[in-house]
Amino acid sequence: MSAAREHPFESRKGKWTTIAKDLRRNKYVYILALPVILYYAVFHYGPMYGLLMAFKDFSIADGIWGSEWIGFEHFRNFFNSYYFERLLRNTVLINVYELIFAFPAPIILALLLNEIRSRLFKRTVQTISYLPHFVSIVVVTGIMFDFLARDGLVNQILGFFGIESIPFMSEAGWFRTLYVGSGIWQGVGWGSIIYLAAIATIDPTLYEAAKMDGAGRWKQMLHITLPGMLPTIIIIFILNMGSMLSVGSEKVLLMYSPLTYETADVISTFVYRRGVLETDYGFTTAVGLFNSVVSFILLVLANSISKRVSEHKLW
Amino acid sequence: MANKRTAGETIFVWFNALILTGLCFVTLYPFVYVAFASFSDPASLAQHRGLLFTPLDINFEAYKAVFNNPMITTGYRNTLIYVAAGTAINLVATAIGAYLLSRRNLYFKNLLMMLIVITMFFGGGLIPTYLLINNLGMLNTIWAMLIPGMIGTFNMIIMRTAFQSVPISLEESAKIDGANDLIILFRIIIPLSMPVIAVMILWYAVGHWNSYFGALIYLRDRELFPLQLVLREILITNTTDNMMTEASGDRMAIADTIKYATIIVSTLPILLLYPFLQKYFVKGVLIGAIKE
Repeated sequence: MSAAREHPFESRKGKWTTIAKDLRRNKYVYILALPVILYYAVFHYGPMYGLLMAFKDFSIADGIWGSEWIGFEHFRNFFNSYYFERLLRNTVLINVYELIFAFPAPIILALLLNEIRSRLFKRTVQTISYLPHFVSIVVVTGIMFDFLARDGLVNQILGFFGIESIPFMSEAGWFRTLYVGSGIWQGVGWGSIIYLAAIATIDPTLYEAAKMDGAGRWKQMLHITLPGMLPTIIIIFILNMGSMLSVGSEKVLLMYSPLTYETADVISTFVYRRGVLETDYGFTTAVGLFNSVVSFILLVLANSISKRVSEHKLW
Repeated sequence: MANKRTAGETIFVWFNALILTGLCFVTLYPFVYVAFASFSDPASLAQHRGLLFTPLDINFEAYKAVFNNPMITTGYRNTLIYVAAGTAINLVATAIGAYLLSRRNLYFKNLLMMLIVITMFFGGGLIPTYLLINNLGMLNTIWAMLIPGMIGTFNMIIMRTAFQSVPISLEESAKIDGANDLIILFRIIIPLSMPVIAVMILWYAVGHWNSYFGALIYLRDRELFPLQLVLREILITNTTDNMMTEASGDRMAIADTIKYATIIVSTLPILLLYPFLQKYFVKGVLIGAIKE
């Protein structure tokens, strides 16, 4: 680059000699990294090429390029289908509930842990609360099915209080509560680590000064700890916004059944059923593309809003 | 504490301790219940109502059934293979990628970095990926378990940050001694980045151990199923089938203890290793956070 600035009339040639020199000098680095570069080209950019299917009447025999262009027909079909509204509502609502309940949970846990003076107790709580993060969602969902069955543990306990047995897992009205609740159970401890780390970087003299000014623990939490965590909170919030329209199918797929589709079926599970199981590839590619484009826009939006109001940003 | 507490603060301290103790109970108890139930006599367990605080009429029949179930033993073997081979591939590929991105004098450094970061926020999605794997002939082979997730981009960026903190003078003196990139990476940079490497091994291994979705999409042959997919059938698919046919979530007594034993057998390796590995996991999260 600097070569180009020194010889403005030879900038093009200068660029190519720089590249040639770079390739020669770093020959072994590039050869060594070839599998990695290939991996990204094939397994990340390859599927992006496959997105063309969204605009084609795809058939396996003709291949992606050979299939006929149909423009936005798949998208129109999707927007006009009777399940569009349901899928969108379910996807957005699960995310809204997660934003309201699951997002603040690790922040609150970190604040509570920060107030603990006994190191042993704090360490114990941390160790225990991180644990569920490492248990597979298959096991977590399996335990839920067992505990929440008609005659499972939870209904047995409710029975002691004279409450009639509730078929939690097969009732659509319970799905979102259970999905978000079990997510908090599994993730709250692990999620708190990053906030605890943020708290740890706060300058202790700030607390001393606040104490001098007569601030109690509540005031210190409100005016020192929370503002200190704010950059981290905002970054995590932006990332959450980006996934607003992408409820992962993995856990829903385990938890739902046709009985609960009304509240549980989200865009990604729909793509799985119609695409992988019913091999309707072109259409579901379009649905998936719609999903990721909206997600991407939300991420950029959240980032630029945050940049404007608080100077904290992802990029 | 030297400072005097106000009454409100004292109440808060106790209330806080109470909440956190409650959280620990709610987190741990399900595992405790499952463990006790797995050692219980199926008939006694079926009669029992409410929480368990000890196994009922200790009995190991469920574990015998689990270890004699060929689906579970095959699944266990497959999972061990996927974890070992998968983690090895992950590690080598991630380290090479991180090495590439950590070079200071690459002409294409920024372009490569940008192209890689884009994939963290945008991708082809499920169906194009599925068709790609199909076209590559990987469907229903072990490769579908190992190759498509070869590199976790976030992990690679974390590792790059660690590699960049290795003093450049070490590399330069090695180069003067005639070391090539392979030697610099494997003899100098990786040995000096062991804490990060340890974190990566753990993350990747746990990821392989717990994943079921890739196997669900890409594998048809039951002989290739990993443990989690077998677990899904035992714990969940059966239950939903019952739910559909009987329109209720009634459980069968004998099958129950087997379920619990299956959960224990499949989760035990992680539960046992966890206390020793915890500090590495936590370290990993923090390395990731420093990146910002």
